[in-house]
Parts: sequence; C-alpha cells; structure tokens
Amino acid sequence: MKGSEVVLKALEMQGVDLVFGHPGGAIMPIYDALYDSDIKHVLVRHEQAGAHMADAYYRASGRVGVVFATSGPGATNLVTGLATAHMDSSAVVAITGNVPSSLIGTDAFQEADVYGITLPVTKHNYLVKNVEDIPRIIAEAFHIAASGRPGPVLVDIPKDVQLADVEGTFEHRIDLPGYKPTLVGHGGQIKRAAEAILAAKRPIMMVGGGAQVASTDVMAFAESTGIPVITTLMGIGAYPAGAPQALGMPGMHGTVTANRAITHCDLILGAGLRFDDRVTGKISRFAPKATIVHIDIDPAEISKLVKAHVPVVGDLRDVLPRLKSMLAGLDIHEWWQQLNEWKEKYPERYKTDKPLVSQEVIEMFRQATSGDCIVTTEVGQHQKFAARLFPTSKPRTWITSGGLGTMGFGLPAAIGAALARPGEQVVCIAGDGSVQMNIQELATIFKHQLPIVIAIANNGMLGMVRQWQELFNAKRYSEVYLADSNPDFAKLAEAYGLDGYNVFDREQAAKLIPEVLRKGRPAVMNFVVYESEKVFPMIPAGAGVDEMIIGDQEPEEVEGVKS
Amino acid sequence: MTHRHVLSVTVRDQPGVLVRVAGLFARRGFNIESLSVAQSEQSGISRTTFVVTGEDSRIEQVEKQLQKLIDVIKVVDHTGSAFVDRELMLIKVAVRTPDDRVEIRQIAQDFRARIVDVDRSALIFELTGDEGKMNAFIEQMRSFGILELMRTGRVALSRSASDMKTKSNHRSKVA
Repeated sequence: MKGSEVVLKALEMQGVDLVFGHPGGAIMPIYDALYDSDIKHVLVRHEQAGAHMADAYYRASGRVGVVFATSGPGATNLVTGLATAHMDSSAVVAITGNVPSSLIGTDAFQEADVYGITLPVTKHNYLVKNVEDIPRIIAEAFHIAASGRPGPVLVDIPKDVQLADVEGTFEHRIDLPGYKPTLVGHGGQIKRAAEAILAAKRPIMMVGGGAQVASTDVMAFAESTGIPVITTLMGIGAYPAGAPQALGMPGMHGTVTANRAITHCDLILGAGLRFDDRVTGKISRFAPKATIVHIDIDPAEISKLVKAHVPVVGDLRDVLPRLKSMLAGLDIHEWWQQLNEWKEKYPERYKTDKPLVSQEVIEMFRQATSGDCIVTTEVGQHQKFAARLFPTSKPRTWITSGGLGTMGFGLPAAIGAALARPGEQVVCIAGDGSVQMNIQELATIFKHQLPIVIAIANNGMLGMVRQWQELFNAKRYSEVYLADSNPDFAKLAEAYGLDGYNVFDREQAAKLIPEVLRKGRPAVMNFVVYESEKVFPMIPAGAGVDEMIIGDQEPEEVEGVKS
Repeated sequence: MTHRHVLSVTVRDQPGVLVRVAGLFARRGFNIESLSVAQSEQSGISRTTFVVTGEDSRIEQVEKQLQKLIDVIKVVDHTGSAFVDRELMLIKVAVRTPDDRVEIRQIAQDFRARIVDVDRSALIFELTGDEGKMNAFIEQMRSFGILELMRTGRVALSRSASDMKTKSNHRSKVA
C-alpha cells in the first residue's frame, strides 16, 4: 500500500466521505489514490475557498471539514481560510502535499515552508517524515481538531512519503501527553458561580460561538432561571433570536438593549465566548458594575481581556446543567421591567424614506424563509444588518467570519453548508465588495447545483469602510468606490450558469425574493441599494459600550420610520 | 506588576517545537532574555528554561497559551517559589603583561573559575553559578579586556521533590 492510499484509508476511518480541494504536482499521488476512492471530492477554483468550505461544512454539521491542497501556492492560499477557522474555533483538517523530502529546504519548484507559515494559524500542525506515521497523525489531527476548543490542523506530506510503500497496519496509539482538554467543570467553582448568580439582582447571560454545541443546555438554563440572554455574533442561533428572553447582539453594532444591559447589569454569565474587543469596546468601561462569571473550555480565554471573578473551565454541556440545578429562587422581575422598557423603546428600525436599503432586503429574506434556513454572510455592513435582522433560531445555521472578519468567506461558506446539509435552503448575504473576493466559486455552485441564493446588497461601495470615513475621517472617502467598475452581477451569474437578477426597487424586491427562493435553483440576486446607509447603533472603535451612537435607532415620530 | 519570570517549559522533543514556543513569546511582544534547551531525564522530552520580563498578568496569559500548545507538556513559573538556577559562561580575557596574568588568575580563583584554554595573549575561563556571580566576574575582567564571552542563559529546577506545582495547569489554576 502506498502512503497516499493510507491517507485516504485513514480519512475513511474517521468517517470522512467528502473533501474539498484542488490538485497540483506535489499532491498528485493522493489525487491518484482518490480516483479509486469512495470519498467524494469537490473541486474548488481557489484553495482559500476550499478552506472556507471545509470550515463551513464543520460549522453547519459538526463533522470535521477536510481540504486538500498542493505545495507552495496551493498551501499558502489556504492560509486565510485556516486563520479564519482558527479565530472562530472551527474543526478543519487540511492535507497538503509538499515537495519530496530530499528537496525540502532547497527552494524547489512550488516549495514553501508550509509548516512554518501555518504554525500560528492552526491549533496544531504536522510535517510527516515517515509513511508509517500517517495513520497515527491523521487520527491525532482529527482528535485535536474536534475536541476541546475546536480548531484547524494541517498535515503536510512530502511527495516521497505519499509514494512510499508500507506494510499496512492501521493500528496506532494517539500519543498526546500535553493535550488533555478539561471537559468537566470544577464542582467548587460551579458552586461559587451559583452563589454569585443568586446574589445578583440584574444578571445577564452572554453566549458565544462555544455555545453552538450546547444550544439545548443554553435554552434549558435560560428557561429555568429566567435570565436574559445576549448572543454574540458567533453565538447567533445558539439561543433563538426571537425568544422573549433574547436581547440580541452586544458590542460595536449591537442592540441598544443588549449594550445598555451590559452597562447596567450586576452580573455577566459568559458562556463559550472570549469577550473580544468588538464585544467589549474599551475594557475599563465594559460592565463596570458586574461580577463576571466566565465559563469556557479554554482556560487561556479566562481573564485574557475581561477579568473573571468566578472562572469555570469546562464544557458548557457539563457545566450549565449542573449550574442550573443550583439556581432555585432567582427573582429578577424588576430587572426585566427595565429591560422590557428598553426593548420596547428601541426595536430594530430603519428609515425607508429613500431608495431601497440593505436592511429591508435582508428582512424580506427573513420573511420569505420564516428564518428557517442557513444564513452565511460576507463581511461588512450587510453582515451586521443580517446579524440584527436575519438572525437564525437554530444552532449551526448562522455562519459568518466573526473573529478574522474575512471578506470572501460567505460565498464558499454557503457551498460548504449546502453540502453538509443537503436539501436545506442556504442564503448568502453579501456585499458587492466582498462577494467578488471568491466569486469564482459560482462555478462550484453550478457544478453541484446547490440551492444557494446569494443576495448582494450592492451599494457600489466598500460600505463599512465608507461608514467609518464618513463618521471618523471627515468624509474623506478614500478608495471605497466600486460602482464605476462593478460587473453586471446578473450577467456574471448567468455566465456561470446560475440564475441572475438585478433588482432596483422595493416592489421588485418584494415580488422576486419569494419567487426565486421557491424555485430552489442556484441564483445571484443583486440588489442596488442606497449607498450612504449606515449601521447603527455604533460604538466607535476604542470607546466604551456606554458611548454608543444610537443614530437611526433613536425613536422619532415621523413618517417613513419603520419599527 | 512587572517582574522577571523564570519559566520551565517541558516539551515533547519534536521538530519545530522550539519555534512554536519561542514564536508565542514573540507574538505576545515579549523579549526572551535567555533561553536554554536540552534533553530531560525522560527520553523524547526536553526541558527549556526561559527568562522573560513583563507584566504578571500578561506572563500568566503567555503561560496559558504555552500550555495550550499540543507539544507542551508542562509549564512551571518559578517566580515566587523555591528554585535553583545556574548558568555557564565561557569568557576569553586579554593578557597583556605577566602581572595581568597573575592578577587575572587570582581573581578567577576567588570566583572558582576554571581555566580551559591558555594562550600567550589570552585566557579562557569556564564559570558556573547564578547570574549575579557571572555579572560580578565580568565586571572584574573588564579592565583587563574581554575579547569574547558566551553565556548559556539560565537553567532552573524547582526545589520540591516534583515540580508538579504547575502554575498554569488547567485544573489547579481554577481549583
């Protein structure tokens, strides 16, 4: 048996039936073995997109996503995808070919130090030296990727190792003395957490991406305790967006209610989140009155930014039920009176006294799908509008690049999600800037006839940068204008064999969106929207949560305000 | 509070492990003052000693990040606990006159430095000890003329029977 065949066999033993990838010289032996394999391969048009697909495949299904790439440029193209998965704790195994061992370090054709380059953007990585090590390394890679705090693992395999013969035994022992994720929470710490919560009058729970695996526990906890729930950008779907106890998203573009709650609460129960700077704003002004109880599976996240008074290291699925059982008799109805007042005063609203705006397009998609679909996003204004107006209500259905903020993520992510969950509707909310960063994958959508609708909120601008320039750079709009050279997106879609629509007004949008969704065909819908729309509320970078610019969210009794 | 920290990091002896560990310090903006690496008492396991200066809270964060690395088995911060540390130095001192030679050898004797090479115009000494002793000897030799010196950086072990007092062990950290 050759090394390349061992790789595929080892993948099969991990339950892999689908991989994303792009072949090239140094990984040809693996692709040759793939020719006889039952594993299905999705040929991507750019390795970066392949990594995003594998990432979204995991996020949508909980099954590790796998991507293949060749040496040198193939592998370096993966880097953005790996960094994205690393920041958002997504389990991906990347397998790269490398030049033959004898040529490593000689600046050979298509050689790059892939091990060195990917070291800081992976949870772990390997350079395979002996063919005998392949079964163990692949098994370790999957174990590391999916356990504890998930993350990407890269396995770099020189061509001669892929070609080497080995007498096949797949018996191996995972040998990782330095890797023992803490899953079971410490009893004493959970008790301290319960005492802190019982002493609170104005508690809130904040859930992040780590809660996607613990959605039922989060819901049971919220229901039993009555504590209000804030979901971060990564936590959307882990707690139903429309539930009465949901306060929405916190942070830079969070809801007024969520941010006010943070400022006025006396306790935050953080669950599976890392208090990133887009959530906290200026740390010294973040939740100044609150006791912080922080539950996370990664001890390094605790007190990294926000000092935790009660840290609990463990899996939410273990900790939350145990904590819940200790919390009888919490009385927070006064707090709820205050929260409901804010919720009532500051519902989602935007002005429609101008041409079509992104927000109404996004809302139309929510209405047409009843929110029952998988949403992926690109990065920018549309992403924040979608987070607020199109948050999903089930775990693993909201897929966005939260930590790295990778433009070009949403379109391939839609493909990964569609392949992970066949038959489900996938909507990709995009902007005209970011959608062009991996637009070539329309070919992959066509090839697999995936039921993806890509909605481009096209304001002819790099909208988020424009918004910052308007607000903070004295309207000096430097290099954000795209409209003069954007393609005709409908024609572009058609060129790739997809349905394409250019939509210019709200009547047309309202009519077309349900129609296109009903067709179940891959489509690109290009909505030409108002160019100067801004995302509000907004906390300026470096400011405190209490320094929120409320903007359009401020209630006013005039015509044209939709609330 | 800013302190000097002596960290023992036990790692699996894998290719690239030093890059991983050192890279973490670099990424978090710490300058490594000294670093030494060698095989430990167990095969396949190396022990490294890092000396870094920084805010205690940031060092604690680095310790946790180090602990996260798959190839790192254990991180022990010796700061504030009993430990012994030593350093080895080779120092080449210029000998200009016979009187210098006598005087240099006398000082070296006081420091228990061993002569490891003798030349007409230079002597090489080997000296072990703690950092203070190294620095004092360097000061003494300066007036004669130091031609070259090389220090290993500090190596450290905790005084307790087993250094299981791992400051950033996941469990004990929150216990």
